[in-house]
Amino acid sequence: METTLEKPETAPDRAAAGHETKMECSEVNVFYGDFHAIRDATLNVHAREVLALMGPSGCGKTTFLRCLNRMNDAIENSRVTGRILLDGQDIYAPAIDPVHIRTRVGMVAQAPNPFPKSVYDNIAFGPRLHGFVKGRAEMDQLVEHSLRRAGLWDEVKDKLDERGTDLSGGQQQRLCIARAIANDPEVLLMDEPVSSLDPNAAAIIEDLITELSEDYSIVLITHSMEQTRRVADRTAFFYLGEIAEIGITQDVFDNPRDPRTVDFIRGAFG
Amino acid sequence: MTDRPENFTEWYTSERFNVGVRRRRTREGVLRGLGMVSILLAVTMLVTLFGSIFYQARTAFVQTQIGLEVALPAAEFDGGTQAGADAIKDVNFRGLVADALYASLGGRPDSRGARREMLALISADASFQLMERVIEEPSLIGQQSRFWLPASDDMHNIVQGVVDRDVTEDDRRTSDAQINWIERLEDQGMVRSAFAWDLLLRNDSRDPEVAGIFAGVVGSALMLTVTLVVSLPLGVAAAVYLEEFAPKNWFTRLIDVNIRNLAAVPSIVFGLLALAVFIRVFGMPRSSPLVGGLALSLLTLPTMIIAARAAIAAVPPSLRTAAMELGASKMQTVSKVVLPNALPGILTGTIISMAEALGETAPLLMIGMVAFVADAPSSFLDPAAPLPVQIYTWSTSPERAFAAKTAAAIIVLLLFLFLMNAAAIYLRDRVQKKW
Ligand SMILES: Nc1ncnc2c1ncn2[C@@H]1O[C@H](COP(=O)(O)OP(=O)(O)OP(=O)(O)O)[C@@H](O)[C@H]1O
Ligand SMILES: [Mg+2]
Repeated sequence: METTLEKPETAPDRAAAGHETKMECSEVNVFYGDFHAIRDATLNVHAREVLALMGPSGCGKTTFLRCLNRMNDAIENSRVTGRILLDGQDIYAPAIDPVHIRTRVGMVAQAPNPFPKSVYDNIAFGPRLHGFVKGRAEMDQLVEHSLRRAGLWDEVKDKLDERGTDLSGGQQQRLCIARAIANDPEVLLMDEPVSSLDPNAAAIIEDLITELSEDYSIVLITHSMEQTRRVADRTAFFYLGEIAEIGITQDVFDNPRDPRTVDFIRGAFG
Repeated sequence: MTDRPENFTEWYTSERFNVGVRRRRTREGVLRGLGMVSILLAVTMLVTLFGSIFYQARTAFVQTQIGLEVALPAAEFDGGTQAGADAIKDVNFRGLVADALYASLGGRPDSRGARREMLALISADASFQLMERVIEEPSLIGQQSRFWLPASDDMHNIVQGVVDRDVTEDDRRTSDAQINWIERLEDQGMVRSAFAWDLLLRNDSRDPEVAGIFAGVVGSALMLTVTLVVSLPLGVAAAVYLEEFAPKNWFTRLIDVNIRNLAAVPSIVFGLLALAVFIRVFGMPRSSPLVGGLALSLLTLPTMIIAARAAIAAVPPSLRTAAMELGASKMQTVSKVVLPNALPGILTGTIISMAEALGETAPLLMIGMVAFVADAPSSFLDPAAPLPVQIYTWSTSPERAFAAKTAAAIIVLLLFLFLMNAAAIYLRDRVQKKW
């Protein structure tokens, strides 16, 4: 499988033993027009794990993440090849409705993008769309619960009617996380979810990630090595569109095998 | 750059630096001056325009009325105070009004010519207005009471000073005798100027002193209703399709170019099209608000589509992505996120194109909406003369009093346009806050 890696034993295999696979990606390639953004990416996402994607800016982490919930479909000129399975089902199969995939694979985008609606309506957007909440009381409960989990409740409980776009950048980021988890997805893709949060708020999100991983799979993009060490079960390093290395976080950090990973880690701690 | 001194304090105090700064300031000053001059020019022209319109219109907003003690002998009315509307309509009100007028000017003149001249003091419509009032209030029958009835347009012009009463008789339409009479009535306190409710509440008439714009306003309202009902949904649907769903290929680009061109087509062409299609082919009634509204829809559709597309395109892409990430389908994304966010822009575009349609005259002339219409249309199929057409017809009427009426109708039209634009701004702010 890892055609691009020198060390065949650097693998999901190393950690795969005893793990149930949630998503399986093989030989995924993404093109933006002529630009080859992802090359032969192969990796598995296990059930109930936190998988961190790391790598230099522009190496294709976001692009890869968007393949997992078919958000690349919405980008003009983009083309995805290869196979991505969710619970053994090909999510790019013609019979599959991408909308359905996105309700199962939730996403928190890199830049916070709350709706210019009230905080409440932001959270209620997904549940209302899919109609799985009955009645105002149940919705109130879900909104509060989601906001609490994202560590935002205390800050916004008195201004649920204010526009989500009027919150601070960090609050908006947490609002988007709360909005995504209100949908109760099976897999949650998070693109730098704590990039504009202070250490306390970031810690709340990290706790949330750990807590969520008891039930869900989480794929997390982050630039912070410390954070990866704290929350990620496994880590994949991307380099210029290729997966340079993937393995148990502790392992890859302590003894990286790919020279590109070695450089990256040394640079980060350097 | 290269010969810039090392020492910055030296540079910032040097002559060369100061020359540069002065030149920049001069240039900015000239630019600001030019801007101010052009704004001043625009304001001057606007003030002149409004000033002249308001000055012209001033006498149209008052109605000169003559007070007459009219006796309504019960014997004239079949059934007395119990007379029904039909019985009242049979009564010779002209005679009653004439008798009252003779009485207040010292008796019935002997010659027919003098009688006609005297009757020309009051509006030909006065007897109808008296009749209307009696129908409203039959208890007046059997009594003599004072009625304020409109003076004729010539007398109105004399009393309001539009026509100078001191010029020689040959130079004015009114005779010396008439001026004498009106002055006698003025001395008796039987001439007054009241607010011209007739201007707003009555329909068009051949007699300028009682002609009003009510039918025109109703006609315009009916027509704009048709236009709105047709062009808003069509325009929004077209815009949504073109912005959100259509593939970007040569065909959609062709459509795009065509829409932009249509927006620039002279409006009279749309009138021709409406005449050919709606009247000739589909046999819809000429001069009706239905055809007028459809013709105006053709005119407003391109503008509507362009405005709605701009509003839709201005919705940040990140909101679409957010909705899709939460599992919204394309349709749900459009209806729940894109349209609500584009609504203020769409509303503004709608109201502005409706305002444009309200002022449009040329295409309506093509579909026969120039006829004199005495009654307000009561359905979309009745003949109507919308407000701008009425302004056009009035402006071509020979009677002098119509000149002031024209200006007054223009003011009313401007008022409607102003209200519509204010509504556009209000709605935009409101909707923006709500979403
Ligand atoms: N919509 C797009 N159209 C064309 N090229 C794109 C598009 N999105 C990303 N790319 C290109 O694909 C490459 C990978 O981009 P991507 O956003 O996945 O990087 P990233 O790893 O998430 O970077 P960062 O850490 O800065 O967010 C970049 O070179 C970028 O220029
Ligand atoms: Mg990214």
